This record gives sequence, C-alpha cells and structure tokens, in this order.
Amino acid sequence: MKPAGPALLVNAALAGLALVSIFPLLWMLSVSFMPAGAASTLPPPLFPAAPTLDNYRDLFARMGMGRYLANSLLVAGAVAAGSTLLNVMAGYAFAKLEFTGRERLFRLLVAALVIPSQVAIMPLFLELKVLGLVNSYGGVIVPALAGIFGIFLVRQSARAIPDELLESARIDGATELAIFRRVIVPLLKPVIVTLAVFSFLASWNDFMWPLIVLTDEAHHTLPVALASLSREHVQDNELMMAGSVVTVLPVLVLFLALQRYYIAGLLAGSVKG
Amino acid sequence: MTSTRLAAWAFAGPALAIIAGFFLLPAVAALALSFTDFDLYALASLRNLRFVALGNYAALLRDPLFWQALGHTVYFVAVGVPLSIGLSLAAALLLASPLARAQAFFRTALFAPVVTTLVAVAVVWRYLFHTRYGLVNAALGHVGIHSIDWLGDPHWAMPTIILLAVWKNFGYNMVILLAALQAIPAELYESARMDGATAWQRLRHVTLPSLGPVLSLVSILTVAGYFQLFAEPYVMTEGGPLRSTVSVLYYMYDQGFKWWSFGMASAVAFLLFGVVLLATEAIVRFARARGAA
Repeated sequence: MKPAGPALLVNAALAGLALVSIFPLLWMLSVSFMPAGAASTLPPPLFPAAPTLDNYRDLFARMGMGRYLANSLLVAGAVAAGSTLLNVMAGYAFAKLEFTGRERLFRLLVAALVIPSQVAIMPLFLELKVLGLVNSYGGVIVPALAGIFGIFLVRQSARAIPDELLESARIDGATELAIFRRVIVPLLKPVIVTLAVFSFLASWNDFMWPLIVLTDEAHHTLPVALASLSREHVQDNELMMAGSVVTVLPVLVLFLALQRYYIAGLLAGSVKG
Repeated sequence: MTSTRLAAWAFAGPALAIIAGFFLLPAVAALALSFTDFDLYALASLRNLRFVALGNYAALLRDPLFWQALGHTVYFVAVGVPLSIGLSLAAALLLASPLARAQAFFRTALFAPVVTTLVAVAVVWRYLFHTRYGLVNAALGHVGIHSIDWLGDPHWAMPTIILLAVWKNFGYNMVILLAALQAIPAELYESARMDGATAWQRLRHVTLPSLGPVLSLVSILTVAGYFQLFAEPYVMTEGGPLRSTVSVLYYMYDQGFKWWSFGMASAVAFLLFGVVLLATEAIVRFARARGAA
C-alpha cells in the first residue's frame, strides 16, 4: 500500500478547485428558484425555502426573454451552419486542390491572425451601414460566416486524406462537388463537429459586436439583453439569476454533450498554432 | 487540370470573400480612418471629413483618460495573466498526478466556466460580491473579516474583475498544459528519480523545462486575450467607481459609439494593437533568453 497522505492531498485540492469552479453556477441555479426578495436577506440563503418558477415566468411573459432566446438561437445557429460549411470548403481547397498562389495566400491568412478583431470594428460598422445590415441579424451573422482559424483547423485534418482517394474518384468520373460531398465530408466529420460547436459557442457568447450592431431591442441576443436588463434590475437578484441560467444553460449542455470534439479542437488549435 | 483549379476557387472563394470583405478590408480601412477626424458630422456627410495625419494619436497620448484606461488594462493583464496561468498549471499538475481520482469528472468541472457566457457570469459575480447580500462577504464575515465594498471601492473593483477572469479562463490553458504534461516522456522522470531527484526537483528540472514552449505560447495567447477587457467592466461596474475599471476597449467603445468619433476610436484600436505586439515581443524574448522557444 502506498501512503494515503499525498493521494488525499491531491484529491482534496482537486475537489476544492472543482467546488470553486462549479459553485457560482449552482448558486445561480438555486437563487433563480427563489421568490423575489428572498435572496436579499442576511445571511444569503443557499437553497430556496419554497422553490418557484416565478422568475422564469416573469422573464418570458413580461420581459421578452423568449424573443431574445430565439434571436440567439437564430444567430448562433446560422453562424455555426454557414461558417462551418464555408470554412470546410476553403480548408479542403487549401489542403487538397492546386491553385496558383495557394501557399502564399495561406501564409497571408495565418499572418493576419495576429490582427485583433476590434481593429476592424469602426470601418466594419460603416460598411454594414452602407449595406443596410446595421440593426439586423445579418449584421452579426454575415461577418462571422468565415474565419481564418476554422480554415486552418480544417486544412490540418484534410491534409491527412490520401491523394489517391481523390484521384480514383476523379477517374471514376465523379464531379468535384460529388467528391466533396461523398468522400471529403464523411472523412472530415470530427473536425466538422468541432468547428460547428466552436462557432456556435463563440457566436452565442459574443457580446461587444452584437451590442454595437444590434441597436434595436427586438434584435438583441441573450447577452446583450441580459446586460441591459441587469442595468435596469440592479436589485432583482433572483430575476437576474434566472436570466443568467437561461443564457448559460444551452451552451453548457451543448458543451457537455460534445465535450470530446470541443477539447480536440482546442488542442489542435494550440499545438499547431 | 483547369477544372480542379476552377473548383479550388469555387470552394475557397466564398470564405475568402467574407474574410477579405469583412475583416481584412475594414482592418486596412481602420488605419486610414485613424488618420482622419471622422465623427458625427462625417457620418452625415463625407464632405465634413478631414485628414489629420497623426493628430488623433497625438491627442490620445495627451489625454490623461486614455493613459488611465491603459493603466487599468495593464494592471488587469499584469496581475490577471500570471494568476490565471499559475492556476492553470497547478490544476494541470494535479490532474496529471497518478494519484488523482475521477480525472475526467474533475477536468470537466474545472473547464465548465470556460464555456459559460461572460455577460451571464459577470451578472452572477456582481451578486456574489454584493456588499450587503453577497455570499463572499457573508463567508468572510464568518471568519471575522469586515465586509468589503468589492465593486463600490476603486481599490477593490479591478481585483474583483480579475478574480472573475481567472475563475472563468484558467480551465482553457489547463487543458492545453495537461496535454503537454502527458506528452513528457516517462523515461525523463524515471532517470531523474534514479539520480535521486526529489519531487520538487523533478518539477523544476524536468517538468517546467519540458513545458517551456507551451508555456510561452499560452502566455502570448492569454496576454493578447486579457488586453481585450471589455464585457466584465461593462456589466459589473460600468467602468466605475471613479472610472477605476475603464479599460482601453471600454474607452474605445465610448469614443466610437457614445461620441461617434470613429477616427479617434480607430486610433485607440491601433495603439492597443501596438501594445499587444510589444507585450508579445517581450514574452518571445524572455522565452528565448531562457532557452524555451
């Protein structure tokens, strides 16, 4: 038998860290079920004495939370679907299809990764204004429809596909589109799921750009709506915790379901980057 | 042959068009914009637009509010990044320990804050650190510490924001460092043990040097990320109290979308970009000097 001391220490430290990580989220959930005012007592209660769904009812019936939730689902869903498709197509082209200037173009894209996105914010706003996309879902969706990082990830995976596979399909008379749909997409399935999860989460959690471009409340996504609600309802802690739950829960569930793909993408991006 | 070439452009074209049109072009235009006095009047008619050369940059460097915002941001980065990476490393070492049980569960639990929505957890944080009703002060009260006005005191507001950032972000680097730890060949530890190295010596002379390249990569990415501080003060303090949590991006947001000074705001963005490049360069040099890059 090994001495139990060190093992106990390691696991106790991990348990402590896990508690610190999870506790704020659990407390948020607990307070969201408390009646108005119950959380503003001393000392603050850990559990609701009489659990209620009033806060959620309030949010959806009176504060338009359903609308914001639908907006978020629409925007993040469109970004995830569109950007995954475009990035997979481009990443495949950069890995497997010859064209003039391919390598130089790719190096240029990778070099552009150092430019922080907020550098482009002001001209982008003016550009979208000209295009009539300010204060529309398109203003958030269109600029996010492709990304250098996504192309980079797909290219990494697609390079592992043997050229003979494509050649024999071409000899059999398959069109380039057919090759992409029947050969490439099935082989790239893991990275496709990774990209979809990544872009959905990034779009769902994004704050600054939607705050800028979605000027009208009817278009607000959950984070923008929650930020403005929390300024109006500074004292309504129970209500705000319910709003936070509605905002966080979908992405947390999505992550837990597809965790493997998310972590794989995170590692692929950092090791090669 | 030409058909593949055509196909290549058909496949890569849409993504390249989006990136060129909605990222590269605006980024280049921003540099031009930063040399103009683009404001509300120019927004109405471009005839009101004037070229001011480096005027915006000069004005910013003379503006005490800009220096204040830069100071707050540097404070956030200088304290937040070491804390964040330190905690990531500690957590990764614990998870990689052969003594650790239920690794998968712990890894998921520690990573969970990373995927949460920043605005939502900032709202939760504001309540946790509420002076009267927050759990943090209640817990501190139990051990006899007088309640602290976390978000109302200019000295405490930024530390509270740093705590939120560290809590939310450490899991990300933890996963990267954990993978790097697991890639260190076991023979290295074996031979160190045979040479009689203690656990501490193995950590210093085997583990940390092996992690060197990953640590500098992680530092660069984290520094670049932490310089983008915006949503936390926007939600938790609105930049207060006494402007003590106004960050550079917050300042840029106000310039751009409160005062509509797009020229000035673009100059702010480029100054911040420059600061990030300088910080990155410093990390690279430091890593090279330590033989880690």
